[in-house]
Amino acid sequence: MSRYENFDYPGLNLGGGHGETHDAAKTTVFGFWVFLMSDAIIFGLVFATYVASVHATAGGPGPKDLYDIKSVFIETMLLLWSSFTFGMASLALKYRHSTPRLIGWLLVTLALGLAFLGFETHDFLTMIAKGGSPERSGFTSAFFDLVPLHGLHVTAGCIWLLALLGQVARYGLDSRTKLGIMRLALFWHFLDIVWLAIFSVVYLAGLA
Amino acid sequence: MTGGGILYGLIGRLSMHSLPFYDMTQDPTTTNLINGSIAGFAACAVVLGAIVVAGLLTYFRGWRPLWFDWLTSTDHKKIGIMYIVMAFVMLARALIEAGLMRAQKAWGLGGGFLTPDHFAQLFSTHGTIMIFFMAMPFLVGLINYVMPLQIGARDVSFPVMNSISLMLTAAGAMLVMVSLVFGEFSTGGWFGYPPYTEATFTPGVGPDYWIWALSLSGLGSTLTGINFAVTIYKERAPGMKLMRMPLFTWAALCTSILMIFAMPPLTVATAQLALDRYLGFHFFTNGFGGNMMHFVNLFWMFGHPEVYIIIIPAFGVYSEVVSTYSGKALYGYRSMVLAIMCIAILSFTVWLHHFFTMGQNASINAVFGIASMLIGIPTGVKIYNWLWTMFRGRVRVTTPMVYAIGFMVLFVLGGMSGILLANPSIDYQVHNTVFLVAHFHNVAIPGVLFGMLAGYHFWFPKAFGFRLNERWGIFSALCWNLGFMLAFFPLYALGIMGMPRRTVAYNQPAYVPLDMVAFAGALVIGVALAAIVIQLLVSIRHRDENRVPAGDPWDGRSLEWSISAPPPEYNFPCLPEVDDRDAFTAAKEYGVAYRAPKEYSDITVPKNSATGPLLGAFGFGSAFGLVWHIWWLTILGALLAVATVIARGYARDTEKTIPAHKVKQEYERWLRLVRATAPVTRAREASPVNQGLADQTALRESS
Repeated sequence: MSRYENFDYPGLNLGGGHGETHDAAKTTVFGFWVFLMSDAIIFGLVFATYVASVHATAGGPGPKDLYDIKSVFIETMLLLWSSFTFGMASLALKYRHSTPRLIGWLLVTLALGLAFLGFETHDFLTMIAKGGSPERSGFTSAFFDLVPLHGLHVTAGCIWLLALLGQVARYGLDSRTKLGIMRLALFWHFLDIVWLAIFSVVYLAGLA
Repeated sequence: MTGGGILYGLIGRLSMHSLPFYDMTQDPTTTNLINGSIAGFAACAVVLGAIVVAGLLTYFRGWRPLWFDWLTSTDHKKIGIMYIVMAFVMLARALIEAGLMRAQKAWGLGGGFLTPDHFAQLFSTHGTIMIFFMAMPFLVGLINYVMPLQIGARDVSFPVMNSISLMLTAAGAMLVMVSLVFGEFSTGGWFGYPPYTEATFTPGVGPDYWIWALSLSGLGSTLTGINFAVTIYKERAPGMKLMRMPLFTWAALCTSILMIFAMPPLTVATAQLALDRYLGFHFFTNGFGGNMMHFVNLFWMFGHPEVYIIIIPAFGVYSEVVSTYSGKALYGYRSMVLAIMCIAILSFTVWLHHFFTMGQNASINAVFGIASMLIGIPTGVKIYNWLWTMFRGRVRVTTPMVYAIGFMVLFVLGGMSGILLANPSIDYQVHNTVFLVAHFHNVAIPGVLFGMLAGYHFWFPKAFGFRLNERWGIFSALCWNLGFMLAFFPLYALGIMGMPRRTVAYNQPAYVPLDMVAFAGALVIGVALAAIVIQLLVSIRHRDENRVPAGDPWDGRSLEWSISAPPPEYNFPCLPEVDDRDAFTAAKEYGVAYRAPKEYSDITVPKNSATGPLLGAFGFGSAFGLVWHIWWLTILGALLAVATVIARGYARDTEKTIPAHKVKQEYERWLRLVRATAPVTRAREASPVNQGLADQTALRESS
């Protein structure tokens, strides 16, 4: 038996010990990967719009006038740690640690996600106060298309997480809750990767 | 708050002016009277149509069956049928619009009877409907019905998502229909180029209808693509390797992959245009750093693969039809698969040929021109393969074959004009003329539409258990062919003579005769559509003498023909084992078709779900609110949609079990029926003796 036993789809596999849930995940989780591919195209195109519009400031403020690297760095840390804590939640799910432990990790993840959204909203409001509102120029439009789109995804992730916590409270860790948590995990890590691209392409390149 | 303020809060921009005949009553000039009457008639047709349907449903006590047997169904077969019904309804509307436009052109010397604005709405809705609400639902419906049967599956991977896709597409179609009654549709063409469609130049509701109709149906199509691709990868019956899949399933896979990757650019383009229009962003505006070329690039990054999204399933249909009615295995299966895949990949590399004249340098144009011509190679391979499949086959000229043969001749001509247009220097000469209109109709009608209609005739007996009338079918197919040629060949000549497209009138008398011919062609196409309707009615009336309960009326080759017509809810009593291409033909040759399995087991199928129809309704409400700035409706619809999705997460009782003994009982009853059925030879295929069991003796003697 190799170490790839039960490696039936990309990502953390539940393993044969989880019986029918593992089998169902072969289709469900694969389907979610395909959805993420499609979503990645959306982000890719919005990135392309941003890169093509970054100099279209129309006499208005540019990246150096608007970005605050300190705040963005804190956001990056919050999101990276939330990915780590979600990873711990996934391990708790796979190795059947106690349900409270799983819920605990999920709640920490939720708190980090909400903190990220709080900092990000503050960033946006500051930018608007500095005269960088979306209707100012092609550049600010592209910024407010790309970064809040990611924020909207994180918001959706938080709502999804709450809905799943409700399902755990009602049904315990049944097959459908497990599959939900596994897909949300993929979604959460995907958003982390997108954020790294935003951090590099938007903020680091913009301030360089 | 003032009275006007409260009213605006309640109904937004809606007012008496939104009614299509209002202008006519205020300013009754002849032009206004004619245009107002046409628009008013169309609006009345929509409203009366809705009332008549509702009345009939009430009279025949149809509401409960409509909801419980159809709208909430998650059965891929019923969802497929609903898609195709929608496609036919929208086809009828868009064809009437086409007829109006051809009439306008025929009498358009120095004016005509339509206003420029009305004409612009007609070509915008015609294009939008034909692509998004005729071709897309038709092909998605066919794939939905046929593909799971061809791969030996019980359903698609995500049945509820399938229903959601259908209802989102239907919500988009409803929005286009409602635009006939309230307000007007976009005048910006099916591609809606800014800055013309920006709020500065088109402040009305037209582009908003266009944006939200496309957004809803685009979302539905993305989900459909994911669903189909996962189904084909994960749900195939044992032994159904990729290279044993029927060509139609291969086409479905290619189209699904294209949907997954090509719908996002459309979503981004329409969303950014909406941000511009609603929140004052500057993506595509003239000033403030906006750049309309971004829209053009995004739109055609979607738009060109879209062309292949709609043509590839038709290629799949032709492959099945030509091979079945020639009684031969498809020639060059491997090269066919390769060709389809090549086309799918190349389709992402040619989008720029839609705007050769918009300012790139010659080198970039050359690269995209060559890439565009390259697509001719795999397409040519496919044409040769179909010809070689027919070669020395016993070809039966049935309705689908009339479409297929017409396609092979006409599509090659359309492809040739495409090769001409792929040359940027020629494109510069004829762009924005009706030459282009002739070209893309020459590939879209004989390619896509003929393919869809061939598929409709081919699989109809499988879906409903009786064959369609052949005489009316062939008459209609011939009318389609003749009508197409009359309507569009003159446009090649007119284009070379310099007649511009999308222009309401002209002052060149030399255009008149050819425009008259084209109008005659439109009339013949109208007869073709009427013939299809008559055919359906005649076939329903004579259904009892054309029943094919044994399920295999055409001596079919793939698994969908191995079960009863119509098939049971669970498709297969036990999953088939596949060890060859053309699995059912192989089974018939080896004499192992129609065998009872050793044992039966319980089958689980998904239960009905209201999630799809609810999401469709809330999506429609939200979008209608957005169009008319009725913000409470927008927010309410969006919140209810989110709540519906969350509530679906809490559903646990989502499957029902059909017990093994019931499956056994049903299947063995059908097997007894098959044994009692007299097999027919292909010579008597079209006569009432064909009850769906193919005679194999001729085949065994020859082998």
